[in-house]
Amino acid sequence: MSTTSISPDNGVRRPLIEARGLVKRYGRVTALDHADFDLYPGEILAVIGDNGAGKSSLIRALSGALVPDEGEIRFDGKPVQFRSPLDAQAAGIETVYQSLALAPGLSIADNLFLGRELRKPGVLGQVFRMLDRKTMQRMAREKLTELGLMTVQSINQPVETLSGGQRQGIAVARATAFGSRVVILDEPTAALGVKESRRVLELILDVRRRGIAVVLISHNMPHVFEIADRIHIHRLGRRLTVVQPSACTMSDAVALMTGARAPQDMAA
Amino acid sequence: MTDTSGEKRGMQAFETVLSKQDTRVAEFEVHARSPLQMLQHFLHANPTAVPAIVLVLGVAVFSAIVGPRFYSAFNLSLILQQVTIICIIGVAQTLIVLTAGIDLSVGAVMVLCSVIMGKLAVALGLPVPVAFAAGLATGAACGAFNGLLVVRLKLPPFIVTLGTWSIFFSLNLWYSGAQTIRSQDVAKVAPFLQWLGTPVDLLGARLTYGTFFMLGLVAIVWYVLNRTALGRHIYAVGDDPDAARLAGIRTDKVLFAVYVAAGVICALGAWALIGRIGSISPQAGQTANLDSITAVVIGGASLFGGRGSIVGTLIGALIVGVSRSGLALSGVDVLWQEFAVGSLIIVAVTLDQWIRKVSA
Repeated sequence: MSTTSISPDNGVRRPLIEARGLVKRYGRVTALDHADFDLYPGEILAVIGDNGAGKSSLIRALSGALVPDEGEIRFDGKPVQFRSPLDAQAAGIETVYQSLALAPGLSIADNLFLGRELRKPGVLGQVFRMLDRKTMQRMAREKLTELGLMTVQSINQPVETLSGGQRQGIAVARATAFGSRVVILDEPTAALGVKESRRVLELILDVRRRGIAVVLISHNMPHVFEIADRIHIHRLGRRLTVVQPSACTMSDAVALMTGARAPQDMAA
Repeated sequence: MTDTSGEKRGMQAFETVLSKQDTRVAEFEVHARSPLQMLQHFLHANPTAVPAIVLVLGVAVFSAIVGPRFYSAFNLSLILQQVTIICIIGVAQTLIVLTAGIDLSVGAVMVLCSVIMGKLAVALGLPVPVAFAAGLATGAACGAFNGLLVVRLKLPPFIVTLGTWSIFFSLNLWYSGAQTIRSQDVAKVAPFLQWLGTPVDLLGARLTYGTFFMLGLVAIVWYVLNRTALGRHIYAVGDDPDAARLAGIRTDKVLFAVYVAAGVICALGAWALIGRIGSISPQAGQTANLDSITAVVIGGASLFGGRGSIVGTLIGALIVGVSRSGLALSGVDVLWQEFAVGSLIIVAVTLDQWIRKVSA
């Protein structure tokens, strides 16, 4: 059965990320079994699937954290090979991991710029490697204000003093702060309360408004159906089908991802 | 149930009540804190405050008990001289501890380096700069060996340095032939090695170049840790190695660099050690290992990594010096000095645990 992809408009637009036939084996376990993936510019694509369906492996392949055994990934039409998360970041794909990957003892500003700190111009920066802390703090403040996250007391407070939603906000801010074109969010609301989840969902919509494509991995069906433009259903290591939230109910989606129903039965 | 109608989109039915909720909750609640909690938050934000307060209290208490003999410029400067070695080795130890490691070999590296410098210059008659450079290179090599075992073989730093402690100390005994090089021989052939022992008299205080060297080293390492990307990365690697890796930091490179830097700093400590005691003995600096850890811990660094400061270590070393000197001048038996230092360590670690539990 071929995977029927429903493009957001009339199929003229070219996918931003296009993956074909990705395979990843761990010993006798096949995590990715010729999986396909398409992400269009400016959309929110939800990826759902049961535990062990291979969602994480798919996402890790796209974010450079895993090198697939077979298959090809095209970014903006050009074939790419991500050997590390840095390669993917350089291409403009940022990932917000479920663990958030923040250093709890470092300040908000330090965390936003972790791994890509700005140095002072001139001799101070080049010879003495001095960091441009003022600029970094100003940019961090601007970034958080843009995303409506200015409820923190100080840009220099350690991340560990923030609430779960605020930390998620910092991680999203970091992912969108460096001219990225794709943001991958792994279970962004899993650890959050109702109110904090709401703020994160608004944040995701805000990211899309700024023209950044979003891949959202979530088990939370109401959230997925609320904000996703398309829903990629992953099952047994491959893309089963892609549905549109308006043309499908949550129970249909759950039936598909658990194998209770096959995609061809869905033809309506 | 799927919320696709336009006006409802943006909020789930069960969430619509949220609009009636007070919105303050999304912001920082200014809840009343007890004085104890306020103290906890203050100390969390200013981790060096604890050792600084303890140091000031220590000086005040001993000044009151012992009197001018303690707080004379001479005695205070003597304390500063006494802690020079521990502080330099403590700087190396701080770097390792910040990465959530521990280095038990620092003392052995220091002594090995001093023996190499002395033997090459005095016994073998090599030019002093060559001997000095060989000492620094030995320190770097020892650090690189530790670093390779920790980074490549992924062995726990405690075990690695427990092993290399013995290895480096044996090498030191073998190379030196367990012989001490006499101070006058060093002075005759290689006065440069004793240069850091040059005294400076200042308003009744007697300092040495070594003291200024120590302060300079503290300033440089402070700068690297707080004002450069490498410094931030060292904190990040100790705080959460996975997060650091995902943020694009080459954690193995950072760790390796830290171990090499610690080795070089130990070699600089060897230079200061020769300046301090004059002679070069394979048996010198036996207590430097544990003393350096003591200074780091009392200085407020966390053995779990990512927390601590170089200024804290300097203060920690001074606290040890002040309490030893104060107790000695009070006529207290030496064994109670050790008792006091041990108690300080326990109190410091307890305080660290309490501060880390700070509620958001």
